[in-house]
Amino acid sequence: MPSPHDLDPSTPAIRFEGVEKRFGDNVVLQGLDFEVARGDRVTLIGPSGSGKTTILRLVMTLEEANEGYIFIDGEPLTHTREGGKRVALKERHRNEMRKRIGMVFQQFNLFPNMTVMENLIEAPVHVLGLSKADAVERGRELLARVGLVGKEDAHPSSLSGGQQQRVAIARALAMDPEILLLDEVTSALDPEIVGEVLEILRDVARTTDITMLIVTHEMHFARDVSNRVMMFDGGRVIEQGDPETIFTAPTQERTKSFLSAVLGA
Amino acid sequence: MSWNWDHVWDSLPFLLEGFVQVTLLVTVVSSAIAAVLGLLIAIARRTAPAPIAALLTFVVNFIRMTPIVVQLVFAYFAFLALDALTVGILVFGVHYATYMAEVYRAGIDSVPKGQWEATTALSMSRSRTWRAVIMPQAIRATLPALGNYVISMFKDTPFLIAITVADMVSNALEYGGDHFRYVEVIVLAGVLFLIASYPTSLAIRKLEERIAFTT
Repeated sequence: MPSPHDLDPSTPAIRFEGVEKRFGDNVVLQGLDFEVARGDRVTLIGPSGSGKTTILRLVMTLEEANEGYIFIDGEPLTHTREGGKRVALKERHRNEMRKRIGMVFQQFNLFPNMTVMENLIEAPVHVLGLSKADAVERGRELLARVGLVGKEDAHPSSLSGGQQQRVAIARALAMDPEILLLDEVTSALDPEIVGEVLEILRDVARTTDITMLIVTHEMHFARDVSNRVMMFDGGRVIEQGDPETIFTAPTQERTKSFLSAVLGA
Repeated sequence: MSWNWDHVWDSLPFLLEGFVQVTLLVTVVSSAIAAVLGLLIAIARRTAPAPIAALLTFVVNFIRMTPIVVQLVFAYFAFLALDALTVGILVFGVHYATYMAEVYRAGIDSVPKGQWEATTALSMSRSRTWRAVIMPQAIRATLPALGNYVISMFKDTPFLIAITVADMVSNALEYGGDHFRYVEVIVLAGVLFLIASYPTSLAIRKLEERIAFTT
């Protein structure tokens, strides 16, 4: 498997090609095409039910598209085209692709039966094959980075929501992902601790070149961190551009009314 | 009704012999079989291809819906090559495995979907996911119910009398028949059951507390 740095830099980190996703009769995404360049920080905005989270879940292979193709670094993620037909790729291939992608969830999803350090080293040891000592050392560095030194042996249930989410961010970073998916990571938190989590993510954005795909209702955070904003409605991108343009001078009526509703609140 | 303590002391060694050699032995060995086999059934029903899972469900329901005495007698005469005690241990193990499989299933279902999604996001293998994430959480949720089935099995062991295995109760009946005194020995047998099962239920509660996910 080539390192991402050997690839042609113009190859997008993520590419959607005619992606359609249905839940029963409900079409969530339809004919969706978009690209995310390597190192880009893209925020998806739009009303709830517009399919933003579904996009992240498709990239993480938690959901499977009904039509179309998704490429990571130019390689097909779950389906490929063979002789004009759409062919599902094997679980083994999907698992290799997954290793490049990390995700932080709204509900943290830490493993409650493990300590903080065990959460951090589980996948590095058993998936990446790091030695336990190396994984622990890296775990400590990450804990320092998210401001939780001394919490190694704590169980998630003894931590606050903000602390749990910081551990979850550290756990995703421990896998050294090329792509990080952030799914409403502050929505389950009390307003006064949203800032501490966003500060850590700003720091990650500043100090790494990880490609980020973000779904958030925190418009200030979207503005600070992302270099591109995509407005979704009815399962398609209706407008996109740099955050400055989208937030100050949106062209679409739908974007204007969405932003005034969100920012006005 | 008169009460004679002499019969209590007189029959105690005989009852204890049946208790240790049969009641306790069957409970311990059959519980181990039921706990492991039940887990395998629960995982198989979730992961096996649909036809196999359906067949398994049918077999599990069949065993659950018929009395253990019927199963004991059937197995005793169907597998004549095995001695009665071995038949008893196997039947108790399989019978309770079907109950424990349901408990495990409920425990596995109680693990939130987000836990599975986190293992996918971390590219964890299926086997590692089951072993390190799902089972530890599922078993914590199921421990009280599993423990109750062990106690329930313990109290079912007198059914072994149907296949000539002499447990504590059957020894009590034998003593009663020999001396024409049933009251003391049956009360004694009941008390011995109580003495064994009550501390067991306390121990299960302790274990539950010990494995709770707190610091």
